[in-house]
Amino acid sequence: MITFILRRAGSLVLLLTAVSFITFTLFQLGPADPAAAACGQECTPERVAEARVALGMDQPFLVQYADYMRGLFSSRMIGAPGAQSVCEWPCLGKSFQTNENVADIIGRSLPYTLSMAVGALVLWTVSGVGLGLLAALRKGSPTDKFIVGAASVGVSLPIPVTGLFLLLVFVNQLHLLPFTTNEINSPFGPQGPLAWVANYLLPWIALAVLFSASYIRVTRTNMIETFGEDFIRTARAKGLTPRTVTFKHGVRAGITPVVTMLGMDIGLLLGGAVLTEQIFSVPGLGFTAVHAAISGDLPVTLAITMLAAFFVIVANVVVDLAYAAIDPRVRLQ
Amino acid sequence: MTQLQSTAEAGAASPSPASAGTPAGRNSGPARSGTSGGAAPAEARSLLATAWLRIRRSKIALLSLCAVVAIMLFAILAPALSALSGNDPFTSNTSPEVLDDFQTPGLPLPGYMYPSAQHWLGVEPGLGRDLFARLAYGGQVSLTIALLSTAVSVVLGTVLGAAAGYFGGKTDAIISRIMDLFLAFPHLLLVLSLTPILQSRLRDTPLGEGSFLPMASLVIILGFFGWAYLARIVRGQVLSLREREFVEAARSFGASHISVLFRQIIPNVMGVVLVYATMLIPTNISAEAALSFLGVGVKDPTPSWGQMLNAAQSGNWYLSDPWFLAVPGAMLIVTVLAFNLLGDAVRDALDPKASRH
Repeated sequence: MITFILRRAGSLVLLLTAVSFITFTLFQLGPADPAAAACGQECTPERVAEARVALGMDQPFLVQYADYMRGLFSSRMIGAPGAQSVCEWPCLGKSFQTNENVADIIGRSLPYTLSMAVGALVLWTVSGVGLGLLAALRKGSPTDKFIVGAASVGVSLPIPVTGLFLLLVFVNQLHLLPFTTNEINSPFGPQGPLAWVANYLLPWIALAVLFSASYIRVTRTNMIETFGEDFIRTARAKGLTPRTVTFKHGVRAGITPVVTMLGMDIGLLLGGAVLTEQIFSVPGLGFTAVHAAISGDLPVTLAITMLAAFFVIVANVVVDLAYAAIDPRVRLQ
Repeated sequence: MTQLQSTAEAGAASPSPASAGTPAGRNSGPARSGTSGGAAPAEARSLLATAWLRIRRSKIALLSLCAVVAIMLFAILAPALSALSGNDPFTSNTSPEVLDDFQTPGLPLPGYMYPSAQHWLGVEPGLGRDLFARLAYGGQVSLTIALLSTAVSVVLGTVLGAAAGYFGGKTDAIISRIMDLFLAFPHLLLVLSLTPILQSRLRDTPLGEGSFLPMASLVIILGFFGWAYLARIVRGQVLSLREREFVEAARSFGASHISVLFRQIIPNVMGVVLVYATMLIPTNISAEAALSFLGVGVKDPTPSWGQMLNAAQSGNWYLSDPWFLAVPGAMLIVTVLAFNLLGDAVRDALDPKASRH
């Protein structure tokens, strides 16, 4: 167990370094000139040259990368010689647009993204796994066929369409829910948990419709497969109640692929639900990344992309560990 | 797998969610289509023939195939159809007879908002352009981007995956690590942030002309980031394929590795490739819609289904003119659904082991 964790941690660090290096390369050496982007609309060649020095882009590429990575461990100075400013730890550079420390921007956006992720996650896991299990238990029945059909339609619903449709119907026409506001980003705020739920319910539903559809399909197919296995027959033959067989034996073994998906999706959502945040104007990581990407604010997009990759990779490792805890057949080597 | 889920957030249907949990389940033997491993052309024919035979038996498969063909025809015939309706996608008409100019300025008047003989799907709010023409021409743009980017991913994924599986050793190690990296990236975010960068570079090249630029950049980016999942599947298949007698036979006749790879190995994985290609198309349709919706893909005046969604959201037009959202929205849902169902059908027909319904 310990060696497994150590080895995974080792490869984790390697993968993260590779991801950060590649992202950095794509953004810094990529086709566009970051200096021109940083310098803005009315730019002269001299000012581009100045901006290049200010961004440290006159340095060799590897030096730039090393400088950037150093910011993860300590504060560093940023800017042209003579006009330097401190970039506090953890330093991910400064926004071209507002000159704000990117880490602060991320810190500000993260609670919104968390609010989005938590509720959507609960909603789609419960509905996806629940309906998938129900369909598997009633395989071949009209219930099963209906659930499978609904899931097929569900995976084909693009978020922009469902999101705008939900806003149109529930907010604009029926006035059941308010438009989302920036003032609420946690259930523990002054407005209380109910206002938090009301604020995020529609984005949660928009995300959950799409995601639960794939959870239904994966849960159903895997549970059907598991229910056909020998150890289930043995458990039944031992005279265990159907409930025990289904939940203690069946679900524990059949749920692992769902855990994989869940881990990946959590990792992914923590990096920001780009479309959903955009539609509902929730200023989370995804929303921030879109606006930074459109305005050419490279340090912000770079940092959010790296952070999102980090979440996905860490989630993968957590999933591997969770496997062993859930499925008794899995042994870590 | 990451790609799978990241585009899922983009509103994309992930390729084969049913199999998402057990990628290893796919890596079991190629003993399916053409166990004899005969000449490539005969193999390819029998593959399509088998698929067609099985698809014909399922009502849903047949229906989705018809829908896909109809949608493609709708897009291909866009110029003819809009000429028939007497409109084009770019001419705006803001005269006060068409668009309201005092209560809600820009909102189409009742006679123009909804389908009529003159405007088959009504007109756009704001500019008064014909919606039917924009939907048809937009289909051309959306489907071209989706099909071309799928083609790019399929070629990259097949060749790299097959090379990794066939050559093994260092080649395999390098390609596999690259695949892992590509699968670990948060796709939508990366695609989103790289598209404007790529566009700014392409601007001065022959690809950068006018409306061609966003299309070219989306094809390149979506194609470039979509190959890893397919490559992993192909690699798994090739691992066992390369041990088969016909490969050994070809080698003993003096065929070079490259020739074996392209003439013996790759034709034998075309079944799986076809399955994943069909599943990648709806993913890419949704991805185009997502990126254009976010404002980094196709931009006005060029129409695409994602651009039309973007237009419906901008200025909150969809609140006063829900029809304007419904037209591209319904088209997108029907198209993605049809391609998804067709993908499921093709998988059931060609890759019975993977079908787990």
